[in-house]
Amino acid sequence: MLIRKPDAVSGSNIPSSEITPKEKWLSRRSLLTGAAAAGAMAFGVERVADVFAPQGTALAAGKLETVKSPLTTTGEELTTLKDITSYNNFYEFGTDKSDPAKNAGVLPTRPWAIQVTGLVKAPKTFDIDALLKLRPLEDRVYRFRCVEGWSMVIPWVGYSLSELIKQCDPLSNAKYVQFLSYYSGKVEKWAPFGYSWPYSEGLRMDEAMNPLTLLTLGLYGDELPKQDGAPVRLIVPWKYGFKSAKSIVQIKFTDKQPRTTWNDQASNEYGFYSNVNPNVDHPRWSQKSERRIGQPFFAQRHPTLMFNGYGGQVASLYNGMDLKKYY
Amino acid sequence: MNKTTLILLKVLVWAACLYPAAVLVYGAVTGNLGPDPTKTITFSTGLAALRLLVISLAITPLRKFSPRLSWLIKFRRLLGLFAFFYASLHLMAYVGLYSYFDPNAMVQDILKRRFITVGVLAWLLMVPLALTSTTGWIKRLGGKNWNRLHKLVYASVCLGLLHYWWQVKSGVTTPLGITLVMAALFVARPLLDWWKARKTAALRAA
Repeated sequence: MLIRKPDAVSGSNIPSSEITPKEKWLSRRSLLTGAAAAGAMAFGVERVADVFAPQGTALAAGKLETVKSPLTTTGEELTTLKDITSYNNFYEFGTDKSDPAKNAGVLPTRPWAIQVTGLVKAPKTFDIDALLKLRPLEDRVYRFRCVEGWSMVIPWVGYSLSELIKQCDPLSNAKYVQFLSYYSGKVEKWAPFGYSWPYSEGLRMDEAMNPLTLLTLGLYGDELPKQDGAPVRLIVPWKYGFKSAKSIVQIKFTDKQPRTTWNDQASNEYGFYSNVNPNVDHPRWSQKSERRIGQPFFAQRHPTLMFNGYGGQVASLYNGMDLKKYY
Repeated sequence: MNKTTLILLKVLVWAACLYPAAVLVYGAVTGNLGPDPTKTITFSTGLAALRLLVISLAITPLRKFSPRLSWLIKFRRLLGLFAFFYASLHLMAYVGLYSYFDPNAMVQDILKRRFITVGVLAWLLMVPLALTSTTGWIKRLGGKNWNRLHKLVYASVCLGLLHYWWQVKSGVTTPLGITLVMAALFVARPLLDWWKARKTAALRAA
């Protein structure tokens, strides 16, 4: 297993020699934009404009006040806001990737609170407005790798989940944290049968306390869009996307490994750990490479990195573990 | 049917068959293949292949249903060949965009992943059918043998549907529609034969 040097805090294990300097990618992008715009004009199409516009604007125009973070990932081109908000897996709002953008509007995100239950000194409730003010909100760009084989680069807004956990006073026998998503059969009438709703996910305590694990409240400098798990979700960047529960209403501390939705559905395909790992294939496809969303088909495929490129910060969590067995 | 109508219909069928490919080419040129172009290409070619295969298999039951529809036979070869065309594009998308022309990866996939195994089998079964689709080959083989060989299309379509079901996530039912249509077509053949036999018997009795 690759163990990165512990002083790597860039949020990326890409050697600095491989990172394209900002001036260069900026000019490369304007060149591309120019070429693409010329092509678009020739065909009377406007999508190319959508592809390039959100990058500069959405980050600056966001309503949330944010600060920089040393844990942000650098050197990657961001996926557009349009793709991040129109290509979603949020089964409560339908199983097609385009369904959540159409249907999630009915999710009632105010008032909203997270209940803290289980092995804690005293159960607590955190209102969404309190969560937004609990800690300074950080801009954190992370690679996002779906178990299905596609990936994005997403500028999230939030702070480390550990900051919230510290305020929950978990007992010493709390070994796991369970995250439960909002579910109402009346609201989320698109949820397919045969799944155990509400959506449930879980982490080991040390995984939950890792500074990379992000309590996520925003996207592109703005509050989270509903199809992306508003108003508060988890992002665990070194694990497959389904580990990052959306629209969280309850955080429960437990001494046993909690049940998790996709593991219940097909345990041979979706393990409890589900760390991004190019050496462990999904039963139906290889995980060695991934398709970056928004790129042209002939240049879409990229090698998948161990722990999604975050091994420097998280590999030590799994020392001595057989990651083929605990997939 | 007169010649003009036939030509007009042939043009329409060609246009309809080429439509999915045209959408992909237009999308590729203009950057409108959606957020995941690789998947768009793979999915739409696979779906077109399956749909055309099922449509081509609807022709015999329709002809059995009414002798006035017997002219449909003139379109079966065209539909079958277009199904093979899309199945081949689908296979090429896998070879080029998923395995990146790596023969090792392909062999591993075919051996290890059952949905790929049955998908490749479904395509392989179509190859002799496409090769012997010409009038020359029908004569060379003789109608009876040719018919027997072309029964392989049933195995191919079943494997194709299985490939679709095994590819989607558990709990997802998108392949259900086309599977039900194919099942109905399978049931229709013996039912129509039985219905016809009864009608003939009734006529004889009268």
